[in-house]
Amino acid sequence: MTALFIRDFRLALRAGGGALVGILFFLAVITVVPFGVGPDLALLSRIGPAMLWIGALLAALLGLDRLFQADRDDGSLDLLIMAADRHMLSVTVLVKCLAHWTATVLPLVIAAPLLGLFMNMTPTAIGATALTLLVGTPAITLIGAVGAALAVSLPRGGLLVSVIVLPLTIPVLIFGVSAAYGAMTETAPFLAPFLILAAITLFFAVIGPLAAATALKFSTD
Amino acid sequence: MRLVAEKLSGERGGETIFSDLDFVIAMGGALLVTGPNGAGKSTLLRIIAGLLAPASGDVRLEDSGSFPDLQSACHYLGHQNAMKPALSVRENLAFWQAFNGEPRKDIDEALETVGLDGIDHLPFGYLSTGQKRRIAIAKLLVSHRPVWLLDEPTAGLDKVSEGRFAGLMQGHLAEGGIVIAATHLPLGLEGAQELRMEGRG
Repeated sequence: MTALFIRDFRLALRAGGGALVGILFFLAVITVVPFGVGPDLALLSRIGPAMLWIGALLAALLGLDRLFQADRDDGSLDLLIMAADRHMLSVTVLVKCLAHWTATVLPLVIAAPLLGLFMNMTPTAIGATALTLLVGTPAITLIGAVGAALAVSLPRGGLLVSVIVLPLTIPVLIFGVSAAYGAMTETAPFLAPFLILAAITLFFAVIGPLAAATALKFSTD
Repeated sequence: MRLVAEKLSGERGGETIFSDLDFVIAMGGALLVTGPNGAGKSTLLRIIAGLLAPASGDVRLEDSGSFPDLQSACHYLGHQNAMKPALSVRENLAFWQAFNGEPRKDIDEALETVGLDGIDHLPFGYLSTGQKRRIAIAKLLVSHRPVWLLDEPTAGLDKVSEGRFAGLMQGHLAEGGIVIAATHLPLGLEGAQELRMEGRG
């Protein structure tokens, strides 16, 4: 399993792996916002956490369709499925998701504080947003794995995966942003939405791999 | 150890392409699956590998020793090589060895056996078609599985490599392994059973 994690992590970082695409997209989206919104610093700092979350959500969805498709194209997926007796398929899926998250989404979380400066956010807001991204983004990858598994046999499944997955990630977005706002303002709570966010991630850590593994088993013909 | 298929039928897209196949392969036995394109050779191999469900019938491994079922006792070499072009040959083989478990030969030894020692640092994508196939064959050697399912294993190989691969299969059979190969070309396996699939002709 460690071997699988290392392989997927390496692949994401090598040429054509797509780890950089997500972060460049994130950077582009957030850089453009101040130009679109105008030089209203108060407004920017108010919408900052939401913009960071939306940017990170879309960037995290970018490379997801290749999660299993690359393995299917070169025949590795058959062998991963055949090894189900040694490595339960859902655990294989979970490890692939973790490697994908570490290589392509974790850099977004790390870049978020820097981009938060562009949005005139306070240190508290930046910290809270980065923390909620850290806790919430694994859920996006795990939900995305189900979509990626369903669309694995479609040659141009990329957009389809995003469309299938996006509605399911809305709760992650809602609770992520509201926890970040909770940390910024006195009136809104932080802990409750943050805990729900953590619960969503844990919930999909179980449901996501199970559902994706089931979909993959039926993809082998 | 015996591989037994009983009344095995397979279908593709709702159409039955073969039905009521019966065969038994004992330890050290080989089965060559031959026949025209579309006769269901690959489908049969994928059914044995557990990647497709049979339309009816059943295939199983008896007295399988430490392997709980047929699928876990199989090496499947399909049309694709299951290697990543961006990773080096060694990284690819090391991954499959670690993932499949039951290590047998180490990577240098396996590469030497397929005659490709000294290129382990190259990215897999740089190799020629035949060399890629030989690396995929080396994958069969780095971890142990008693049953080898080979789909056109010699596609793209030159004469020397074909001969070497025949020797590898003989060696595997001599150790009590089982080989099932779908092929159009003679593989140089003496004493192998032949299963001729007629297709729809």
